[in-house]
Amino acid sequence: MDLLYNIFIDPFVQMVQLPDLFVQTLWEGLVSGVLYALIALGFVLIFKASGVFNFAQGIMVVFAALTLIGIYTLLRGWGVRPGDLAAFLALGLTIGVMFVLAFGVERLMLRPLVNQPDIILFMATFGLTYFLIGFGELVFGGDPKIMITEDLYLPKGSIDFKILGGLVSLQKIDIAAAVIASVMVATLAVFFQKTRIGRALRAVADSHKAALSVGISLEQIWVIVWFAAGIVALATGIMWGARSNVSFALQIIALKALPVLILGGFTSIPGAIVGGVIIGVGEKIGEFYWGPLLGSGIESWLAYVIALVFLLFRPQGLFGERIIERI
Amino acid sequence: MFYREAGQYKSSYEADAAVFPLRQDRIAIAAILLAAFVLLPLVASDFVLSSVMIPILIFSLAAIALNILTGYTGLISLGTAGFMGVGGYACYKLTSIFPGINIVVHIALSGFFAAGIGVLFGLPSLRIKGFYLAVATLAAQFFLSWCFIRVAWLYNYNVSGAIEVPTRTLFGVTITGPTASPQARYLVVLCFVVVMTWLASNLVHGRIGRMWMAVRDMDIAAELIGIKLYQTKLLAFAVSSFYCGVAGALMVFLWLGASEADSFNINQSFLILFMVIIGGLGSLVGSFFGAAFIWGLPIVMRVAPEYFGITINSATVEHLQFMVVGVLIIFFLIVEPHGLARLWQIGKQKLRVWPFPY
Repeated sequence: MDLLYNIFIDPFVQMVQLPDLFVQTLWEGLVSGVLYALIALGFVLIFKASGVFNFAQGIMVVFAALTLIGIYTLLRGWGVRPGDLAAFLALGLTIGVMFVLAFGVERLMLRPLVNQPDIILFMATFGLTYFLIGFGELVFGGDPKIMITEDLYLPKGSIDFKILGGLVSLQKIDIAAAVIASVMVATLAVFFQKTRIGRALRAVADSHKAALSVGISLEQIWVIVWFAAGIVALATGIMWGARSNVSFALQIIALKALPVLILGGFTSIPGAIVGGVIIGVGEKIGEFYWGPLLGSGIESWLAYVIALVFLLFRPQGLFGERIIERI
Repeated sequence: MFYREAGQYKSSYEADAAVFPLRQDRIAIAAILLAAFVLLPLVASDFVLSSVMIPILIFSLAAIALNILTGYTGLISLGTAGFMGVGGYACYKLTSIFPGINIVVHIALSGFFAAGIGVLFGLPSLRIKGFYLAVATLAAQFFLSWCFIRVAWLYNYNVSGAIEVPTRTLFGVTITGPTASPQARYLVVLCFVVVMTWLASNLVHGRIGRMWMAVRDMDIAAELIGIKLYQTKLLAFAVSSFYCGVAGALMVFLWLGASEADSFNINQSFLILFMVIIGGLGSLVGSFFGAAFIWGLPIVMRVAPEYFGITINSATVEHLQFMVVGVLIIFFLIVEPHGLARLWQIGKQKLRVWPFPY
């Protein structure tokens, strides 16, 4: 009886009694949800256009962030003053590096592997992950780095609200992250719906063969999506890096994006966002109110269980395309 | 020249359906087994036995487990290490509750616990397919890892949170614990691996294996010809997890000697998946090749520079190692997506028709 009370009644009583704490937890869940959604977005972009389940998205986030910091340090070392927009120069150069990476991946990995089963391509992205881990550590060193938040003019500090008889404090960087994420999703949506390349991308996503037959270059499309995923990775890296340090430990957040993906469906951009928010909020609220019952740390698997429960009812995810099976 | 079937006639269906139809193959297998059982324990150093051979054998068993699930039944799983952990912890609990029963029995029994857990987490597999299932098995991996840390009962409420393997004997010879000799441990592991590989070979070549492969190739078609999907998939999960469990128990008791939750983390699952892919999906011999390759490569990379008299600092070596492993994985996938097992087959075929091209 006591246990049932603790599971079904007590958490809700707490939520009502301390609404400010509830709102704070909700907000934190929302923010981490947005960041999960950003990583999931990178996955979805690549999966939609090439059917590759890109495990390397997590390490691409770390790699992009490290490249940004590395180039910035290098520029400062050459005597470029912070006032000279060194950070933005570094940002531009990093985007260039991500383009080179996308180009290299297409040329050296995807092109020879075209027409292979999904699992082979999936494993190849594992190879890419290993390569980037080794390469990144070799070039940038393994120790955690601090993100150049101020030089990029990202806001710092927090805003406190007095609502619901308590204090809710929002980090400005989190608000910025949410804004940037929304802008990015909106841009991508416009890009997909309104531009020529976007239409080509959607065509490739629908059917590789049909797209090829009307003269769309698959190679070009793949470079573009990997480049887009690289830029998404860079934005994610900056946001995560601003919240904590940039280190290789960050790459495990890619694993956190997986339940987001299956929840939203592999092929849906809105799904990635909604899934991210559901997972982020569910995880934080679950950990905060139900975690102590089971011994803490349930955050590590709660997301997967939430996703699993959703999947049992909708095997293609919330927004995924309906799976039609034929003989 | 020596490797061809000329003059070997088969007069029964059994002989025709044999796993090794060629006499030369049978001789080779016997020679390999003889070398493994007699020669290696006599000549190999302790380092080779305990840091190369034992891990390779144990990983081979784990790779066979994953191959049954992924290679033969087509269900991608990323929870291998979790199921191995179940085996390891189950064996530890069994031997602390029933210290009188022989450890070998416990190791075999611990597979059944893993099988039970595996079936439980395999339940969603009827509704969920492909990568969705892979992510669903991650739920098993993370949940089980969490259990190994949080459920203190599993490690007998040790303060350190790790399990220490007690000393146990077989026929009067110490085989587990800190005093066990590498030779004894190696032979026990080898016996387990040989027996279980033989069982697996019989399973995948028989009716059950055919059912698994039918499900892998197209599950709806398999259902239409009368294969019960649910039972077949769950059986694959059970058998695979059983093998994982035994591999995990062997790993804790005969290789590591002590273990904590971190031994069974997600990276281990990925490592075993590499072994299966590099070795060859749907091939038992490929599991051995994959395990030897993935486990052997870093060792070779550590030793090779010293051999040539080049000194590189160890951190650089480790980074280079990651890069080389990554590149090699991609390279192998491009050159031979069917893995080392296919290369092996091609080599055998070439040898058979040599000196003619075909």
